[in-house]
Amino acid sequence: MNEIREVSGINDTQTYWNAAALGTLLLKRCIGTGKVFHYPREHSPFTGGRTEWVEASGLGVIYSCSLSYRAKPNYCIAYIKLDEGPIMLSNVQHEDLTQIAIGKRVRVVFRPGIDGRPTPFFMLAD
Amino acid sequence: MSLKGKSYIVGAYEHPTRKAVDRSVAQLHADVALGALVDAGLSLADVDGYFCAGDVPGWSAPGIGPFSIVEYLGLNLRHLDTTESWGSAYVNHVEHAVQAIIAGKCRVALITLAGRPRAEAVNPDAQHGLVKDSAEFEFENPYRPVVTNVYGMVAKRHMYEHGTTSEQLAWIKVAASHHAQHNPNAMLRGVVSVADVLESPLIVDPLHRLDCCVVSDGGGALVVVHPDIARSLKRPLVTPIGAGYAVRQLNGGYFDILQSGGVRSGAAAYAEAGVEPTDIQYASLYDSFTITVLVQLENLGFCKPGEGGRFVADGGLISGVGRLPVNTDGGGLCNNHPANRGGMTKVIEAVRQLRGEAHPAVQVPNCRLALAHGSGGQLGGRHGSATLILERE
Repeated sequence: MNEIREVSGINDTQTYWNAAALGTLLLKRCIGTGKVFHYPREHSPFTGGRTEWVEASGLGVIYSCSLSYRAKPNYCIAYIKLDEGPIMLSNVQHEDLTQIAIGKRVRVVFRPGIDGRPTPFFMLAD
Repeated sequence: MSLKGKSYIVGAYEHPTRKAVDRSVAQLHADVALGALVDAGLSLADVDGYFCAGDVPGWSAPGIGPFSIVEYLGLNLRHLDTTESWGSAYVNHVEHAVQAIIAGKCRVALITLAGRPRAEAVNPDAQHGLVKDSAEFEFENPYRPVVTNVYGMVAKRHMYEHGTTSEQLAWIKVAASHHAQHNPNAMLRGVVSVADVLESPLIVDPLHRLDCCVVSDGGGALVVVHPDIARSLKRPLVTPIGAGYAVRQLNGGYFDILQSGGVRSGAAAYAEAGVEPTDIQYASLYDSFTITVLVQLENLGFCKPGEGGRFVADGGLISGVGRLPVNTDGGGLCNNHPANRGGMTKVIEAVRQLRGEAHPAVQVPNCRLALAHGSGGQLGGRHGSATLILERE
C-alpha cells in the first residue's frame, strides 16, 4: 500500500484510481462490521461509521452478465461477485465474448477506460 | 389499517396519441388534465392538490418546472407534491394523494404525466444514463451500463438460477399483443407469436427487440378525491385500499438481482389492504421489458420465486385464458409507454377494469380487486417500486 497515494476530502475516491494506476484494486472495509464493500465511500453504508481501504485479491466469479449486440464492437457488462464479498459492476473482456458466462471465475486486469485512465476490467481466469 | 373508503379515483384519462408531432409537453399535460377532469365530472377550478414528476416541462431548472406547469394549467392549489421517482412516480403519487386527502391537505388531487420522446427521437439509453454528479458515476460509467444491458443481466440471472427460457419470456409479449389488438389507440396492434419474438433481433443477451417496450408520446392523468366529492359524482367508486413503496439499492455490493423493491412494496400494500395475492383479479405490472413482468409476478407473490416462467407460458397472462390477466390495454410492450415512464398507464387500466370499462374482449368479469405496480430506475440496479391495490365498491 505504501506506493498508493491516499487522498482525503472531497476527492477521496481518487485513492481508488491512484491504486488502479498501479495495478491494484482497492475496496473499502467497514471498520465496525469488518464487511468489505463497493463502490467506495468515506462512511460505512452499513453503520455510518469509519472505513479503511483494503487491497482486493482481484478474483471473483461472474454473478450476471449481458452482451450488447448493437454496440460496435460488442461488449459484455457484468456484475462480478468479488472473493471479498461485494458485487461490482464491470466488463468482462475476452476475444470470444460468447465464452463469458455466469459462474465463471474472473480476475482483474487494468486497461484504459472511457477517459483513458487505468480502469479495472475482468478477464476469464481459466 | 386499510385505506378503503378514505378516497376515490374518479377520473382517469389516457392520451390517445402515441406520436405527438404537433403537441408540446405542456399541451399534453393540459390535454390529460382536462381529460381526466371531464371523466370525473369536475373542472380545473375544483383542483386543490397537484402531483407531478420530472416529466413536466422546465424540470431541469430546479424547482421551477412544477410552478411553471401549475401556472400553465391554471391551478389554484393548497397542496403540491413533486415526488420524482421516474416510472414509479404516478403510482406513488396516488398513495401520496390519498395521504394528503386523509390529512385534510386537499380534496381534489390531480396527477399528470406527459412527454414526447418519440417525436423528439430521444434515445432512452441517453435519458436513463448515469448522472455525472451521482456518487456511483465514476465506478459504473466506464462499463457502459444502459437500460437494455442492465435488464439483460436480470434475465440472464433468472435463466441461470431457475432455468427460465426465452420462449417463456416471449409469452409475456404474446399476451400483451393479444390484448393490444383490441385497443384502437395501441401503438402495436398486431398479434405476435413466440416465434416472432425469438426471431426478432437480439438487442442484448438474452433480450430481443420484441422483449422491449415501445417508445411513445402522450401521457395520462388521474383525479383522486375526498369521499364526499366522490359520492356527489356519477362515476363508479374505485378506492385505493393499500399502497406500498420501497427502494432497492445495491447496499455496498450485497444484493439479490432477482429481488426488486416489489418484494417490500407489495408486502406493505397487501398488509394495508388486508388482501392476498390470490384475491387479485387483475394486475397492471410494469413491462419495460418482458423480464420486468416476470420478476414482479414472483416478487408480488403471484407465484413462487423461480416459477414465473411456467406461470406466464401458454397464455398465462391473457385475459379470459390464463391464470392472471395482466396489462389488458396491451401494456408498455404494445400499447403505450409515454415519456418512458410506465406507472400512469398501469393505474389507468386498473381503473378501467374496476369500472367495467375495459374492452369487452379483455374485461375481467365482475372485477372488484386490482393491483397496479410501477417501477422507476433500473430493475438490475437501484430502483423504486410502488404498489397500489384498488377496490371497486
